[in-house]
Amino acid sequence: MDIIIIGLLLGGTYALMAMGLQLQYGVARIMNLANGEILVCGAFGAIWFFTASKMSPIYALIFVVPIAFVVNWAIYQVMMLPLVKRAKNQGQLEVDSILATFGLSFIFIGILLAVFGGEFLTYSYLATPFLIFGEPYALNRIAAFLGSVALCAGLYVWLHWTRAGLTLRAIAVNPAAAGLVSINVPRASALAFALGGAVTAAGGVLLSMFLTFDASLGVIFTLKALVIVIMGGVSDVRGAILAAFILGLTETAVATLVDPGLTLAAAYVLFIAILLVRPEGLFGRRST
Amino acid sequence: MTGGEKRNLIISVLVFLVAALLPLVNNGYWLSIGVSVAMYTVLATSWTLFSGPTNYIALSTAAFFGIGMYIVAAFLDWAPYPVLVLIAGIVGALFAAVIGLATLRIAGVYFVIFTLGLAELVRQIVAWMQHVMGTSSGLYVLISMTDPILYWLLLGLSAIVFLVGWWIGRSRLGFALRIIGNDEVVAEHSGISTARAKVVLFIISSAFASLTGALVAPRWSYVEPTIAFSPFLSFQVVIMALLGGVHRLWGPLLGVIPFTLLWELISANFPAQTTLLLGVAFLLIVYFIPHGVIGLIEDMIRHRHGMLGSVVSTLQRWKSGNA
Repeated sequence: MDIIIIGLLLGGTYALMAMGLQLQYGVARIMNLANGEILVCGAFGAIWFFTASKMSPIYALIFVVPIAFVVNWAIYQVMMLPLVKRAKNQGQLEVDSILATFGLSFIFIGILLAVFGGEFLTYSYLATPFLIFGEPYALNRIAAFLGSVALCAGLYVWLHWTRAGLTLRAIAVNPAAAGLVSINVPRASALAFALGGAVTAAGGVLLSMFLTFDASLGVIFTLKALVIVIMGGVSDVRGAILAAFILGLTETAVATLVDPGLTLAAAYVLFIAILLVRPEGLFGRRST
Repeated sequence: MTGGEKRNLIISVLVFLVAALLPLVNNGYWLSIGVSVAMYTVLATSWTLFSGPTNYIALSTAAFFGIGMYIVAAFLDWAPYPVLVLIAGIVGALFAAVIGLATLRIAGVYFVIFTLGLAELVRQIVAWMQHVMGTSSGLYVLISMTDPILYWLLLGLSAIVFLVGWWIGRSRLGFALRIIGNDEVVAEHSGISTARAKVVLFIISSAFASLTGALVAPRWSYVEPTIAFSPFLSFQVVIMALLGGVHRLWGPLLGVIPFTLLWELISANFPAQTTLLLGVAFLLIVYFIPHGVIGLIEDMIRHRHGMLGSVVSTLQRWKSGNA
């Protein structure tokens, strides 16, 4: 019972981080290996904000999200656009963007090390028990879960009921065809990339409420987000949310039953299972 | 053997003989640099064997290197060192086979993603196993291995890597890989078993990384999960290979030598900023020298406008957005 509830709470928070990557990979077509580092930056921003002001980390979202948006927009314009333009095909772009963002991830780690040092950082916020079915759970996990659900719901509504959201979904289906119906594909892709980064950083803020961070943890979150996106299907929000819950549950089960140090192993087990059984993802369609 | 090949063979043998003389000339600073250069030459060249022709970027060097190192460190009391080195190579190959069979049958980025976290995954598993078995996380590798011997061993291993690479380049396997790199669908339709070719090459490339780890273990003398599986190594190897150029067998060598020297300089003068500077160097290479030093040299020969000229023209093309 413990495992199920903690797993669901964790999965809800992971869903937000996976939606960020999905915007970047599904819409802007950039395989961003620095995604986890952006999440860690968001978490460090929240930690710094909380220790400096003693206000709820939720308020940290107010400045972390816009900064992440601008930074990611700039990354797309300066670093990714030249790659998009010089790539002859999707495969070339994939190789180039993997290399570029891989380098970028080390730059982020370097900056974080220079500013915050190499120690584990955390803070104590809402570390009070909250009863669900008579069992106590940490209130900060529940707050992070609720925050994530609210942001995910907002993003879902925005994607499905606004014109801008429709534009992004059109590019996700087919960038070339989207260009033909007078969608400004480069601009919308930049928007998707920036928005994806902002959502990822928001995920970092929420995760920082109950997890301990250090500068080198990014790769673990990149991998988790990637596994969720692959499991859910690259362009399917429902799939990603379901996959996030599956990962949250598996990880909590492994951490409780085997060892808390093996969180990445849980992600890899799911990854291998997906690769062997349904490489196209839970809701994905087999390409012909 | 054609005349050109004979000439290349003679040149390579001479280069190796000259390189082998290094410990006789200098036994201190330059020899330790020589050991690093030899080690990265093995790692970067064997990385290129697989990732060069196929364009599948493997970020797993550190995982295999660490496995080799750990096998030596953990079983030193039970078996003689040379046997352990062999076992390290075999275990690395088997592990690579499992990963290759799971990820390389499917085209796409799955392989890259899988290798991205691999070092961290193996580190977690090793740390967990040590925890369960109640051993301490640090292990000592106490074998007397002098720098000259290590240098010659690594040099010998790099000679083997070059021979294997040369042989693959001439074989049907190498031909198949080049077609896969150009267009995987075409390769499949012309009857190439793409999955088998990729898996075989990945196994060869990874086994060399494990062998290197096993050879270098005595030099480190103290092995711990966080040190042995540091993701930096994968990163450095990819950088060096890209800097040199991945479309020629001896390309990575042209990246390994300048980068090892540069790296010595950076870690001596800016020990706190190594990660940041490494990232910056990596991006500069990806954006401005996409085909490596080799690409620059070939450009230079083709257009006869000097190395600076080809950097400038790359810059111009990048600025106008169609490099």
